[in-house]
Amino acid sequence: MANALKKAFPVTVPVLLGYLFVGMAFGMLLQERGYSFIWAFFISLTVYAGSMQFVMLSFLSYYTGLYNIALMTLAVNFRHVFYGISMLEKFKGSGRKKLYMIFSLTDETYSLLCSGSVPPGVDPHLYRFCVAMLNQIYWITGSVVGALAGAVISFNTQGIDFAMTALFATIFIDQWQSYPTHAPALIGLSAALLSLFVLGPDSFVIPALLVIVCVLLIFRERIGPAFETREERGKERDG
Amino acid sequence: MTVDLTYSIAVVLIVAAVTFLTRAAPFALQNRAGMRNGWVTYLGKTLPPAIMAMLVVYGLKNTGILRYPNGIPELIALTVVAVLHVWKKNALISILSGTAVYMILVQRVFTGG
Repeated sequence: MANALKKAFPVTVPVLLGYLFVGMAFGMLLQERGYSFIWAFFISLTVYAGSMQFVMLSFLSYYTGLYNIALMTLAVNFRHVFYGISMLEKFKGSGRKKLYMIFSLTDETYSLLCSGSVPPGVDPHLYRFCVAMLNQIYWITGSVVGALAGAVISFNTQGIDFAMTALFATIFIDQWQSYPTHAPALIGLSAALLSLFVLGPDSFVIPALLVIVCVLLIFRERIGPAFETREERGKERDG
Repeated sequence: MTVDLTYSIAVVLIVAAVTFLTRAAPFALQNRAGMRNGWVTYLGKTLPPAIMAMLVVYGLKNTGILRYPNGIPELIALTVVAVLHVWKKNALISILSGTAVYMILVQRVFTGG
């Protein structure tokens, strides 16, 4: 275990920085809404999903129908389904660790497990388990420290919630740059803006999501091939 | 604000359960047809940028375009985030700087209205 941790730690340093900071922002915002560090600890322990925990802040601030909460969570985290698909083989034979590996498959952990090859002389399942666990420890630590700091230090936090928008914007830019077509991003943007202007800030999300899914499915014939051609090109290049 | 314990616990449990469901689904359904191909795969590839665009709008949903300061702090801070991110490609730097700029703008610069 010690050896695996030693090998896993250097790989996780970028996530350490990101999770501590973003986790702290989450903890502070949670504290601001009247939820102590104990809530920060349990939410980061049980939910453990970066962007969703920020979206969740508004559920904790304003009563939201539980059905809407489930639907919104499903939509925001739907991408995780596809992380799982690419990890089916890697997690095979990991025994009791498998359940935790599935639970802890965040965007950041996924990207480390995807890109990182396993260092020699260490059990690959134990190595991946250490990467996943270290990441969650950073996230929990960040959110608890943020909640505690928010309770102790009194500084003007007005505007700190922009961290959430900034986080979404950076992920959006990463995807914009790496996608073969901008159509899905533009569909999402227009559906959200349209829905916001028509329905107002309190009820635009679910209709926007439905419009996004419908429009994507309607234009499947047009948008789908962009991804296939790219994959085929990739295969040719690799082969 | 006061915390409604039952409601808050329900929120945490639902979000935790649905999040886990999305992560566990492929492992539970891995031998079913349609997982690797078909509309699920298509949505899996195309939904993430669409959802992320929606979330950016979600983060800005309470910005009043028609009242002071007309969304100018948001526009400036988002520009800072975008320029830094395209230039440095480091999410931490982009988020930190953008948030700092936004906080300074709303606390010190655009204080009227």
